[in-house]
Amino acid sequence: MKSLFRHRKRSKQSHSRAGDFLSLLILISMGCFMALPLVLAISNSLKPLEELFIFPPRFLVRNPTLNNFHDVFVLMSQSWVPFTRYIFNTVFITVTGTFGHLIIASLCAYALAKHNFPGQKFIFWIIVTALMFSTQVTAIPNYLIMSKIGWLDTYLSLVVPAIAKPLGLFLMKQFMEQIPTTLLEASRIDGASEWKIFWGIAMPQVKPAWLTLIIFCFQDLWNLQGSNYIYSEQLKTLPYALSQISAAGIARSGATAAVAVIMMVVPITIFMISQSNIIETMASSGIKE
Amino acid sequence: MKENQKLFPMLREYGKIKAKLLWKNMKKSKTSYLFIAPYCLLFLLFYLVPVLTSMGLSFTYFNVLEPPRFIGWKNYIDLFFADEIFLKAVKNTFLFAVITGPIGYFLALFIAWMINDIKNTKIRAFMTLVFYAPTISGQAYVVWKYIFSSDTYGLANGWLMKLGAIFGPILWFEDEKYIMPILIVVVLWMSMGTGFLSFIAGLQNVDRSLYEAGYMDGVKNRFQELWYITLPSMKEQLMFGAVMTITSSFAIHDQLAALAGFPSVNYSAHTVVSHLIDYGTIRFEMGYASAIATLLFMVMILCNKLVQLILRRVGQ
Repeated sequence: MKSLFRHRKRSKQSHSRAGDFLSLLILISMGCFMALPLVLAISNSLKPLEELFIFPPRFLVRNPTLNNFHDVFVLMSQSWVPFTRYIFNTVFITVTGTFGHLIIASLCAYALAKHNFPGQKFIFWIIVTALMFSTQVTAIPNYLIMSKIGWLDTYLSLVVPAIAKPLGLFLMKQFMEQIPTTLLEASRIDGASEWKIFWGIAMPQVKPAWLTLIIFCFQDLWNLQGSNYIYSEQLKTLPYALSQISAAGIARSGATAAVAVIMMVVPITIFMISQSNIIETMASSGIKE
Repeated sequence: MKENQKLFPMLREYGKIKAKLLWKNMKKSKTSYLFIAPYCLLFLLFYLVPVLTSMGLSFTYFNVLEPPRFIGWKNYIDLFFADEIFLKAVKNTFLFAVITGPIGYFLALFIAWMINDIKNTKIRAFMTLVFYAPTISGQAYVVWKYIFSSDTYGLANGWLMKLGAIFGPILWFEDEKYIMPILIVVVLWMSMGTGFLSFIAGLQNVDRSLYEAGYMDGVKNRFQELWYITLPSMKEQLMFGAVMTITSSFAIHDQLAALAGFPSVNYSAHTVVSHLIDYGTIRFEMGYASAIATLLFMVMILCNKLVQLILRRVGQ
């Protein structure tokens, strides 16, 4: 009786306490390996010049300063076009691309997951294969296609391919498989149109998948330099402009670190926010059993 | 003979009926086609057509200015018999793929599995973030350039000299001996990608009652539990993770170019993708570059088939 009680206290019965401790230890040491370079990046961005070039080098900053960030903004204000323009470009591309991707991929995923129609399996097979199309494989022909349809040097050349990214569709379709078909059947009998069922019933059921699609698409577009397709300075993206700052080499070590921190803060924050959401949604879906 | 005469009209009749049924079915699923149309159109234009074009162009000489000229297998023959740098790139790519692919994959699975055992949801979320952060933080990998900087201000050199292990700075990214090991560490650092998140989600969705049942059936420790219960019930995630790992480990280039330079010293960190970018965007030999892209693609598909076969055996 006593042993039964002890077992119940643990999450899983087959796990020994020593093992739990050991796995925590491994996890923490590996976590340090993952986190330290990022901590160093942040610490470097706060170091004054004399601390960046010091022997022996220090890991953490002694006298933190925002000079490096200030330098970045000064360099920005000297740029060819107003710096806000680069920011606008990236934000615009990211938001429209992510939004379009979510809707268009979800529409297709819904039909693939919950309808039966000829050719369905074949289309899904192609999309699974397409998960292996890395951007480098399609880059050259994509350039030729863009120039044929006259999209070079427009936002379209960056936004539209991102909308059709197979990864998002694949994930969404897999999530949508889990929606109980009876739920959809019931509203079909009630006479709701497919369009209504999609928006009213299917989409609210797959919120975690929304967030996943948003994160992945956001990440791609946020870091997109796009210099292959865009020539006009007014249309260039923020990562491109920032990479120009870091391209100056060792003299701008501090500014480079500041740039890296600026670029990583946004995706990490967004992931933090949406991750807690995903876990929450998953926890609430676990009660049913 | 007679039977055949009877059989053929029957077959034809059968074919006709089938085609009719298909057409009827297709007409009935008009809504479904409307749902998939926008995506499929874009997908066709920007993913499928490019890959097919790439395959087609790989048999031509094409420099963008003149129309492509058909030259048969020449690009492929040149790649394997006249291009030493390509062969070096192939060797490097395989080295990266063989080392970082499997290690990164199992590490992601292992870490996700350990994270899943943390009971406190806040700590679990934090640990997930810690491991996933390097992948999403854009170009933060440039920090490794500071760690392994070739002057005495770099962390590795500075500390090693302070300790007295070395007397002068080591040229980390200029010495062929060090380039690959350092880059492999950096790539592993960034390997907790999409697959990792999928593992975490998969682990959380394993039916709890299976564990209870497994305990009754005599599952003794956490490793048996992992092999007999957890892994078989997340096969889909395992497969997905494998596809993502293969794709990314064959496409390594950006980190290498940023850290070791492009081209790197004596092409010691030159990968197939580096070669592709070199010919596609610098030399504008699109036919040749397309041949590289096509080969890369074929190898990825082959690897996936192989991994698929292996993963079928999980839990058996």
